[in-house]
Amino acid sequence: MDLLEYQGKQLFARHGVAVPSGLPATTVAEAVDAADKIGYPCVVKAQVQVGGRGKAGGIKVAQDRQEAQLHSQAILGMDIKGHTVHEIWVEAASDIASEYYASIVFDRSAKAPLVMLSTQGGMDIEEVAERDPNAIAKLHVDPLLGFQEFHGRRLAFEAGVDEDVVRPIAAILARLYEAFVAEEAMLVEVNPLIITGDRDVWALDAKVTLDDNALYRHPENAALRNPGNEDPQEQMAHERGLTFVKLDGDIGILGNGAGLVMSTIDVVSQAGGSPANFLDAGGGSKAEAITSAVEVILANPNVKAVLFNIFGGITRCDEVAKGLIEAFAQINPIVPFVVRLDGTNDVEGRRLLAEANLPNVHAQDTMLGAAQKVVELAQGVAS
Amino acid sequence: MSVLVGKDTRLCVSGITGREGTFHALNNRNYGTNVVAGVTPGKGGQDVEGIPVFDTFHAAVADSGANTAMIFVPPRFAADSILEAQDAGIELIIAITEGIPAHDELRVFNHLSHQSGVRLIGPNCPGILSPGKANVGIIPASFFKEGNVGVVSRSGTLTYQIGNELARAGFGNSSIVGIGGDPVPGSSFIDIIALFEADPETELIVMSGEIGGSAEEEAAEYIAANVTKPVVAYIAGFTAPPGKTMGHAGAIVSGTAGTAVAKAEALEAKGVRVGRTPTETAEIAAQILSA
Repeated sequence: MDLLEYQGKQLFARHGVAVPSGLPATTVAEAVDAADKIGYPCVVKAQVQVGGRGKAGGIKVAQDRQEAQLHSQAILGMDIKGHTVHEIWVEAASDIASEYYASIVFDRSAKAPLVMLSTQGGMDIEEVAERDPNAIAKLHVDPLLGFQEFHGRRLAFEAGVDEDVVRPIAAILARLYEAFVAEEAMLVEVNPLIITGDRDVWALDAKVTLDDNALYRHPENAALRNPGNEDPQEQMAHERGLTFVKLDGDIGILGNGAGLVMSTIDVVSQAGGSPANFLDAGGGSKAEAITSAVEVILANPNVKAVLFNIFGGITRCDEVAKGLIEAFAQINPIVPFVVRLDGTNDVEGRRLLAEANLPNVHAQDTMLGAAQKVVELAQGVAS
Repeated sequence: MSVLVGKDTRLCVSGITGREGTFHALNNRNYGTNVVAGVTPGKGGQDVEGIPVFDTFHAAVADSGANTAMIFVPPRFAADSILEAQDAGIELIIAITEGIPAHDELRVFNHLSHQSGVRLIGPNCPGILSPGKANVGIIPASFFKEGNVGVVSRSGTLTYQIGNELARAGFGNSSIVGIGGDPVPGSSFIDIIALFEADPETELIVMSGEIGGSAEEEAAEYIAANVTKPVVAYIAGFTAPPGKTMGHAGAIVSGTAGTAVAKAEALEAKGVRVGRTPTETAEIAAQILSA
């Protein structure tokens, strides 16, 4: 789960990381009110989960009330790389002397948190890494030991931060690490981490990704989910407990098991088709779950054909067939379906489907055959 | 021969009194696995169709001589159960549970790596099947027979798909090992490939990877330096969009890292043949075995 900038800053503040004061707003009136409370100059910032907000015109400084109104009018509703701005964050303008970079990444390969610090903040860190890899100091922390004071000192010295801020930088890294562990984050990134004219260290931005599997232990974070920013179809799938990712094609996909569904999407693409979604109906899918999943797939008006690719392990093919038959009884789909059933109770599943004789449902024996068939049907070359 | 589970396996099931735990423990026993005990705190002294239930792993090990654990408890109890099994002296822990918090997995992995003589498989995996000998987990055993192909995979159903195509071509398996789809698997491709390399029955190794992380790239390096047996690979997720978790918690392309293309290229650069579809992967394996 990715947090918005201001949600990340509020999370930082709980762990003693200094952030500029600010207020969120969803309307122009709220924004102007917030700006009045914070005082001028202030910064109006679009809250979307995408980089390059500044370049896109989503971050503006307001010198007075009139500018706060103009900027919030322009930014609310703005489209930034396909993300509509529903919310803005108004914060006190900062006096920036230097821009640094700090992050903590859940390093899967090393099986340990990776802490990084650089004096080259305020720009794309991947570009910095490519241009000048030595500009980024990094070290792994033993998760059983935790972040020690020497870790902070070493990073600060190796990154070459101004001497007078070695201690405060080390201290803020320790607090970011504490936030990373306590909130069970997969990523905590501050870019830029600024040194103010008064030589204070502040997090001027916040990018935080939390572990979805740990949200049950953090109800205050789980409540931050912002359905207004979610795609309605993904939201529908989420509410029904389905594992779903929307894609931009026209062939609906349903399978069981994440690996098999990923593979199905690849195979359909190789056959010349364009999948409309990833949907893992899960192990042990019962008939009702299948019916519910079909409704989610067909909620996308772009879908021209649907592929069921099932290899039954715990999932029983007869249950999948019953679910599809029930879905046809309830919603009467107008697009063609291609169904491939293999594995547990496949013979019974195929028999049920054949008996039901559903309109425009095509049985296929193999995964490749099914992929080719659904691509033909989506392209309107039904044979 | 086989790897990890076989006739010497003495299995203790954590969560044996739950619906799924009971179902799969009995299913494993019916296959021939020696299921010697179960653990459910507070239900010690009961039994599940003759399998004695204990309150703690320590009591289960002392009484039954269990050497292998299967973890079937819900995510919030799973890390604790893995650590308890290790503390009680279990050598092989197979964690089926999906949805364990990543930071729990990190602590468990780092703790176990400091202990000797213990191996964790999973979490979020279908378990291990050694056809004709033992089945620990949820792999549908009826599709597989004894043979000389070792399979290691991050995905359950994809393994069944590839294994089934091999079976139709007449080839069986020494063992099938699901290492799971989470960000911090207890055992990696490398760990299991090393076991297959040392297993006299295994003649060919099939590895099935997917997007996210760099375990496949690391395996490619390892294979080039250490493996004499042929390895055939499959990678899922070529068309997965970046930044989206594709079902498995670990299946995510982060920026430009963890893509299927990079993994396939890393493997091919080291001489590992990569099938573009599960079918092609099985065909390549069958070709090599028939040659």
